[in-house]
Amino acid sequence: MTEITGTTWTVYDANAMTQAEIYGHVLAELGQTHPEIVGLTADLAKSTKIGVFGEKFPERFFNVGIAEQNLFGIAAGLAKAGLLPFVSTMAAFASMRACEQVRTDICYQNLNCKIIATHGGISFGTAGSTHNAHEDIAIMRSFPNMTVIVPADGIETANAVRACIHHPGPVYIRVGRGFEPTWYENEDYGFEIGKAVTIHEGTDITLICAGITVLQAGEAAKVLAEEGLSVRVLNMHTIKPIDQTAVMQAVLDTRRIITIEEHNVIGGLGSAVADVIAASGKGCAFEKLGLQDEFSLVGYPEDLYAHYKLDTNGIIEKVREVMGRDFEEDEEWKDEV
Amino acid sequence: MAISEQELNALKETAKTIRKDIVNVTEWAGGAHIGGALSMVEILVILYFKYMNVDPKNPDKPDRDRFILSKGHGGVGFAPVLARKGYFDFDELKSFNRFMSPFGMHLDGSKVKGVDASTGSLGHGLPMAVGLALGARLKKESWKTYCLMGDGECNEGSVWEAAMAAGHFNVTNMITFVDRNQLMIDGKTETVMGLEPFTDKWRAFGFIVKSVDGHSFEELAAAIDFAHNQNDKPVVIIANTKKGRGVDYMEDDVKWHYGSINSALSEQARNSIDKNG
Repeated sequence: MTEITGTTWTVYDANAMTQAEIYGHVLAELGQTHPEIVGLTADLAKSTKIGVFGEKFPERFFNVGIAEQNLFGIAAGLAKAGLLPFVSTMAAFASMRACEQVRTDICYQNLNCKIIATHGGISFGTAGSTHNAHEDIAIMRSFPNMTVIVPADGIETANAVRACIHHPGPVYIRVGRGFEPTWYENEDYGFEIGKAVTIHEGTDITLICAGITVLQAGEAAKVLAEEGLSVRVLNMHTIKPIDQTAVMQAVLDTRRIITIEEHNVIGGLGSAVADVIAASGKGCAFEKLGLQDEFSLVGYPEDLYAHYKLDTNGIIEKVREVMGRDFEEDEEWKDEV
Repeated sequence: MAISEQELNALKETAKTIRKDIVNVTEWAGGAHIGGALSMVEILVILYFKYMNVDPKNPDKPDRDRFILSKGHGGVGFAPVLARKGYFDFDELKSFNRFMSPFGMHLDGSKVKGVDASTGSLGHGLPMAVGLALGARLKKESWKTYCLMGDGECNEGSVWEAAMAAGHFNVTNMITFVDRNQLMIDGKTETVMGLEPFTDKWRAFGFIVKSVDGHSFEELAAAIDFAHNQNDKPVVIIANTKKGRGVDYMEDDVKWHYGSINSALSEQARNSIDKNG
């Protein structure tokens, strides 16, 4: 691990550390200056890496055993006592086993509680659908008061964890299993909750991504550039509140949109983007890449990403398809957007 | 804190007032969970009028004791206690259940002064109470957390997750009550989903159990005093109560879990309370 401290940004060797490990270290670092931070998990201190915080601050760390409902109930109580709970468990359990506690205890009471949900999407591929979470974004974004962040990689997770401390109310940060390669090289690229990051500029088509698909789309854009296609790639790390300006600018500039997410195409990033476009009254060619309303297959994540066309090749294939599609142009848009 | 004769009489009078308030609010509201509200009156009255360190003029003061009504449907019983304690004017409860009212079936902490947790869905209160108590302990603050559950509520698995954690973390700055009125919506607790041996269950989860007459201020006081001086294990007070207590035509009758009353039934209920206490 390479750790440079004493500067604004802490740079971690993302090749040697998993996404979850990075956040564990960031949280442990933040714990020094924020005595109100407490960590909680449900027998996943090691798997979620919140144990890194727990080792440093054992008295501020609560492992409640395999009891996710109680996990979030206790977190709500700690938040009410004036502490700042970071709760970490697998996304499937945070969003479904403890769904009502997250909704009623934390969101309804608008508590300052941060959830780091690991093993999101199909990142725990071999575990199958019992442990994968391809519904969690849909569930979490339907809760009033909840902010939903899906960081692109470990570096962005570090940014999200730092930023959420200054973002009052409940925040759901959804990460993978932790072995995903990174897109970013350091934390200094202007991360801001609710603001999309353009990682590749383009005018022919826009790929709106979150999580691991950011890297895959970024690579796809480079390949397609060699073919003469100008592909914009937006890292829509915050799915709620979604960056409506970035979405509409993409519609205006490129008229072709593909959303790409490690999630069911119902209720996630694609739906959030579609809401914005539909409400605007503007038409465009639109496709959602993701799991097509199905439970995930078993396999290693990279095989699953290829199967669901969430990898570079799959994305390129979909871009070519959408580029070949006709749709009605409306040259008057520019005045309206 | 032993109860003097004078204090006992004052508490009994307050309980009588609260019971009549519950009847009135139920009539105004067009229906309420009146049975379980009437069964828990003494518990709320002794907490708010004898033990809890709270200030209605400063409802958010940091060192206040916390109370979670985990049986959140008892809102119609809790709201009058808060009103009589001075958090808000009792007449505000005339809006109970009405459009845009701050007062609904399950009290919302963001709208009603003095409500420390928004509850309603069962099995949520004890986990939050454990969290509050752990928070107080971590911050080295001396305030206490009180949590009142229903007995039927103890069917919920999350109650036992929290009980396990309270035992494991030795949460002794929290006092748990169960309003053991023996009834739930569909009938007797032991018929619908048996809880017995109830005290053994709590003991097995690491609690000291005090089983008392939940309508006796003396017995409740003795149990609370015991709990305050207990540092070895968490304490649960099983308050054996009667659902609908005080209203003769409601007592022990499952149909009054939730009900509405007209003015005649309302008057009959108040008369019964005056007679029975």
